[in-house]
Amino acid sequence: MTETAPSASIELTYREAVREAIRDALRRDERVFLMGEDVGRYGGCYAVTKGLLAEFGPERIRDTPLSESGFTGAGIGAAMAGMRPIVELMTVNFSLLALDQILNNAATVRHMSGNQFGVPLVIRMATGAGRQLAAQHSHSLEGWYAHIPGIKVLAPATLEDGRGMLWTALQDPDPVLIFENVMLYNMTGKLAADAGPVDIGKAAIRRPGRDISLITYGGSLWKTLEAAALLAGENIDAEVIDLRTLRPLDDATIMASVKKTRRAVIIDEGWRSGSLAAEICTRIVEQAFWDLDGPAARVCSEEVPIPYARHLEIAAIPQVPKIVTAAKAALGRT
Amino acid sequence: MTAVIDKPHLTREHALDLLKQMIRIREFEGKCAELYTQEKIRGFLHLYDGEEAVAVGVIPVLEKRDRIVATYREHGQALVRGVPMTVVLAEMYGKQEGCSRGRGGSMHLFDRASNFYGGNAIVGGGLPLAIGLALADHMQGEKIVTACFFGDGAVAEGEFHESLNLAALWGLPVLFVCENNLYAMGTALAISESETDIQRKASSYRIASEAVDGMDVVAVETAARRGVHAIRESGKPYFLECRTYRLRAHSMFDAQLYRDKAEVEAWRRKEPIVRFRGWLEASRMIHPEEVEQIYKEVAAEIAEAVAFAEAGTWEPAEELTHFTYAERAAEAEATRHD
Repeated sequence: MTETAPSASIELTYREAVREAIRDALRRDERVFLMGEDVGRYGGCYAVTKGLLAEFGPERIRDTPLSESGFTGAGIGAAMAGMRPIVELMTVNFSLLALDQILNNAATVRHMSGNQFGVPLVIRMATGAGRQLAAQHSHSLEGWYAHIPGIKVLAPATLEDGRGMLWTALQDPDPVLIFENVMLYNMTGKLAADAGPVDIGKAAIRRPGRDISLITYGGSLWKTLEAAALLAGENIDAEVIDLRTLRPLDDATIMASVKKTRRAVIIDEGWRSGSLAAEICTRIVEQAFWDLDGPAARVCSEEVPIPYARHLEIAAIPQVPKIVTAAKAALGRT
Repeated sequence: MTAVIDKPHLTREHALDLLKQMIRIREFEGKCAELYTQEKIRGFLHLYDGEEAVAVGVIPVLEKRDRIVATYREHGQALVRGVPMTVVLAEMYGKQEGCSRGRGGSMHLFDRASNFYGGNAIVGGGLPLAIGLALADHMQGEKIVTACFFGDGAVAEGEFHESLNLAALWGLPVLFVCENNLYAMGTALAISESETDIQRKASSYRIASEAVDGMDVVAVETAARRGVHAIRESGKPYFLECRTYRLRAHSMFDAQLYRDKAEVEAWRRKEPIVRFRGWLEASRMIHPEEVEQIYKEVAAEIAEAVAFAEAGTWEPAEELTHFTYAERAAEAEATRHD
C-alpha cells in the first residue's frame, strides 16, 4: 500500500470511503444519480449513503420501492439514454430478484444489438457473511456474476479501492457490479486526503512473499493477511494477492506470482463447487502447471446455506486457521 | 406544436399510408413464414398477423426523438418505425448486414438511428427498461415519449407491476401499449388473470388508461394521439390497451391445441387490413387499383429485401467475441457495412 505522510491522510471507515466516492461522483458529473431501497431518508441499509439526500436532493438520491427488477432495469434504461446511474441493491441475495435485468439486459444488450447500445451502469451491493443474518442475507454470489460475459465485477477490499473504484467504474462504457463485503464497512484506516480514482483491471500484491501464493479478494483479504502473518512466524513467506477485479481476472499477476512461489491456495467466500476459486485453480493448471511444486488448494465456504448461530456461521466461511492449515498442507507441513 | 393533435387527419394520403403500412407487415411476414419453411430463417419466428393495426396506429404518432421498446413479436414495430426491410430481413437470416449484425435475430431487432431499443424476448423484461429511458428524459428535462409495447402475458409478471408503479410514482413519460391478443402463448387470459380487464390494472396505479379496438387502425391512432398528447402535456404515463388477436400460431412450433378454429375464423373476419380496406373502398376514399398498387410496391420492397438478405455475408467467426464489451468496439465499428 502507498506510504503517505500522516498530515496528508485522514482516518475513516470503509463505509465513509464508499460514501466519499459516491459524493465525489455526484459532484463531478451531473448525469450521476443513486437509486435503491432506503438510500435516501433511511441513509442506506448499511448507512453508506447517510447525509447524501440532504446534500443532493431526492432526484439524485432516489429512494425506490422494493422493486429490485424494476429499478435495476430502470438503471439500465437510464444508462442507455445518457445518464450514469448507480443502482444500490441492498444485498446480493436481493439482487437475484433483479437477475433478469442484469443478465438478460445489462450484460447482453451491447452484443445482442450489434454494438448499437451500451449500458454504462454501476450496480453496488453488499455481500458476505459474518453478521448472523442467516441464509437469505449472507451469501457470496459475486462468483456467479463473474461467470457472465458482458459485465465487469469488482470487489474492493481496501479503503483505497472503496474510495477509488466507483469513479473508474462510472467511466466504463459497460455495466460494472461492485461487491462490498459487509464485514468491511466498519473497518477503519488511513486514507490519503487526496485519494481518488484507481484502476480496475489489475490484481494487487498486498504482501510480497516467496513460498506460497495466497489468492483472495473482498472480506477474505484481511483474514488472509492475518494468516500470512502467522505463517511468517513459522518461517513461511506467503505472498497475498488481492484480485480486486473478479471479471476479468488478472491472469498475468496470478501466474507471475505462482511461477515465483510454485504453490497456490485460493481463498474464496463463495461455495466451493463451481466457484470462482475453481476457476482460478483451473487457470493455474492450464497456464502454470509445470511451474507448480504441488497441487493448488482452496479454502471456500462450506456447502450449506449460511446459518444464523454464531459458531455455525464462523464454521461455514473461510477463517484464519483454515487458511493457515491449507497453506501449510500445500507446503507439505503440518 | 399544433393546436389540435389528438385528432387524426384521415386524408386520403394518410389512409393509404396506414393501409400500406399494415400490408407491408402482413406481406413481409408471409414471406418470412415461407423463408422459415425453407430454413432461411431459423430460431423462433413470431408473426404479427392480425395485430398490425396496433403498431401502425401507434408508431407514426411518435416523433423521431421518441423511443420505442418492443417485444419478440416486433417485426411490425421495426418496419413502421422505419428500420429498412432489407436490414430487418438480413437480421433474420443471421447476416452481418442485419440491423443487429446477426447477433439478435427475429426477436432482437435493434436500431439506434430510430431509437428502437429492441425486441426484448423476456416477457415483461422491456418494461423496466422503458421506465429507465423515460427516467433519463425526465431527469434531463427532455419532452420525449417512450412507447413500450408488451402483450397480455406480461401483465402477470412482477416487472409489469413494478414498472407501472414506478412510472406513476415518479411521473414518467411512458406510453404503455398493451397488445392484448388474449393468449400468453397458449394460456388464455382468463386462465392466467383474476382481473381480465387489463386497463383497470393501470388505473389502479393512477395511470390514465383506456382500452381500444386493436383491430381498428383509426381507433388505435386516435387513442395513441390522445395518449401521446396527454404525456407531452403532463409528463405522466398513459396506458393504452389494444384489444387484438393473433391469427397465426404463437411461433412456428405452435400446433394451436388451445383454441378452436372457429374462434380464429371469427376473429379473421374482423382482421384490420380487410376491414380498413373495405371501409375505405365503401366510402370511396380509395380505389381498388390503388390497393393493387400498394401490393405491387410492397412486393417489390420484399423482393429487394430478400435479395439483400441473400446477398448478405456471414460475419467471420473470429469476430464472435466482439461487442461483448466496448473495448473492441472501435476496431469492429470500422468494419461495419452500413
